[in-house]
Amino acid sequence: MMRVPVRCIVSGTVSAPAIVLDEPVSFWGGFDAHSGRIIDQQHPQCGLSLTGAVVFMRSGRGSSSASSVLAEAVRLGTAPAAFVLQETDEILTLGALVAEEVYGTVTPIVIAGDLTDIEPGQTVTIDGDTLTL
Amino acid sequence: MTVQLTNEEQLVLDGSRGPGVAMAMRLVRRLGEAMGATELRPISGAHIDSCLYHGQSGLDFVNALVNGGAEVVVPTTLNVSSLDLLHPELFLGDEETRTSATALMDAYVALGCEPTWTCAPYQRTVRPTVGDDIAWAESNAIVFANSVLGARTHRYGDFIDIAAAVTGRVPNAGLHLTENRYASLVIDVSELSAELLATSAVFPMIGLLVGRSAGNDIPAVVGLPPTTTEDDLKALGAAGASSGSLAMFHAVGLTPEAPTLDAACGGHVPQHTITVSAADIRAARDELSQTTSTTLTSINLGTPHYSVSEIGKLHRAMTGKTVHESVAFYVSTGRDVLAEAGLRGWVAPLEAAGVTFVTDTCTYITPIVRDTTGVAMSDSAKWAYYAPGNIGVESIFASLGECVESAVAGRIIRDDRLWA
Repeated sequence: MMRVPVRCIVSGTVSAPAIVLDEPVSFWGGFDAHSGRIIDQQHPQCGLSLTGAVVFMRSGRGSSSASSVLAEAVRLGTAPAAFVLQETDEILTLGALVAEEVYGTVTPIVIAGDLTDIEPGQTVTIDGDTLTL
Repeated sequence: MTVQLTNEEQLVLDGSRGPGVAMAMRLVRRLGEAMGATELRPISGAHIDSCLYHGQSGLDFVNALVNGGAEVVVPTTLNVSSLDLLHPELFLGDEETRTSATALMDAYVALGCEPTWTCAPYQRTVRPTVGDDIAWAESNAIVFANSVLGARTHRYGDFIDIAAAVTGRVPNAGLHLTENRYASLVIDVSELSAELLATSAVFPMIGLLVGRSAGNDIPAVVGLPPTTTEDDLKALGAAGASSGSLAMFHAVGLTPEAPTLDAACGGHVPQHTITVSAADIRAARDELSQTTSTTLTSINLGTPHYSVSEIGKLHRAMTGKTVHESVAFYVSTGRDVLAEAGLRGWVAPLEAAGVTFVTDTCTYITPIVRDTTGVAMSDSAKWAYYAPGNIGVESIFASLGECVESAVAGRIIRDDRLWA
């Protein structure tokens, strides 16, 4: 067990398997809310499902419609369980905040340093400003 | 971090303007906390991207605002939607989407937004100016407002755009603050030949490289010629916001906050300099030209929406020519721009030559392109970048000249001298 202090952007509690993205994915245009999969054909992990995972991604990317796509994925039950980013991303944050306002579902977002040791599939627990591996 | 509200803001949060605006104020405050703001800041305008239909969640959200009695308190423009209201027959999607998309558009107009339906609100006669605080969504518009107009908007997205418009507030943070608007990275394009820099198609390629290199940093581009137009800077910014999360760049000697490199950097020494070579430009073009089919089926111009001068350029390029019968030729633009181009006598001849104008929406976000097999060509890096994922085409980025020649011939024609 390793506890890592993180900066909490959207507060919540979740425990789920990790997915580590090689490159940031643009949720608008690069992610399909119906299937929960990456559809950006230029992304090295195109086709990967993000549903229910704690997604480790360096930063957000691309169009400002990403908030809507995340909120829609939350509504459809295909969204990631949480995001661990290295920089604040207001666009994903808004998608999570609106989904919480409208549907009452919390998608925690935290900011951590460069966590290069994360094994894909290992269970990650986020509780407010603590991340446990 | 706690955001300190004024008495007036606190009253709104407590419901003085109804539950819709109270929800909007909660969102603005919580975003402010995420951004590390300690207070909110008034804005003088907003541009809304939330009117593009992505699913039921967008309708659920706006209905909470409308039913909660919300109205915008600043002049507010609307981005593209999923439908072309002026040419409804162009929409090839299902009726359910048409109905939902219409309901979403109606809801934003009911909140008091202007039905402009364009991703290029900076091409309107009245536009923000240096130092204005605004809340703009739509990534290309954000870059343009910050970089070319010198207005101040953070990288806002769906939901916060309308939340800002109905509260008249944004977090006092991010790109609203002078200290966050300086460049920390230099992109040097002065090694590119004058000939290459005189080609409009080089600007989106520079943009792709800028977006990829910048991360969340603000780059200062040095070496762009004085002949660079607003259309060129628009294309650069739109591409940079597609390949990365570019929200602002400085073009030294061209944009209002960059009379000199030193001014653009706020007197700081930039962290590093990236030099762009002709080979980099060529590689960027090749990356957006990977197709398996060799059959040309459509041309798609106008992402972001074509300006009056771009339609004029197309009109000159198409004079005496006709689009081949096997090719569909689309130009996406704003309804105001189309009206102006019509007054200048450019629209009718282009339509007669086989060009289809699309307003209020864009050909890569909604089903309009009638044949998505084969290859689609575009003079927009943003279009070429996103269309394969969005509408399932194979795309090629090309210059306007290449697009026109190809459309006329009915087959893909590349001018490799351009990119040598």
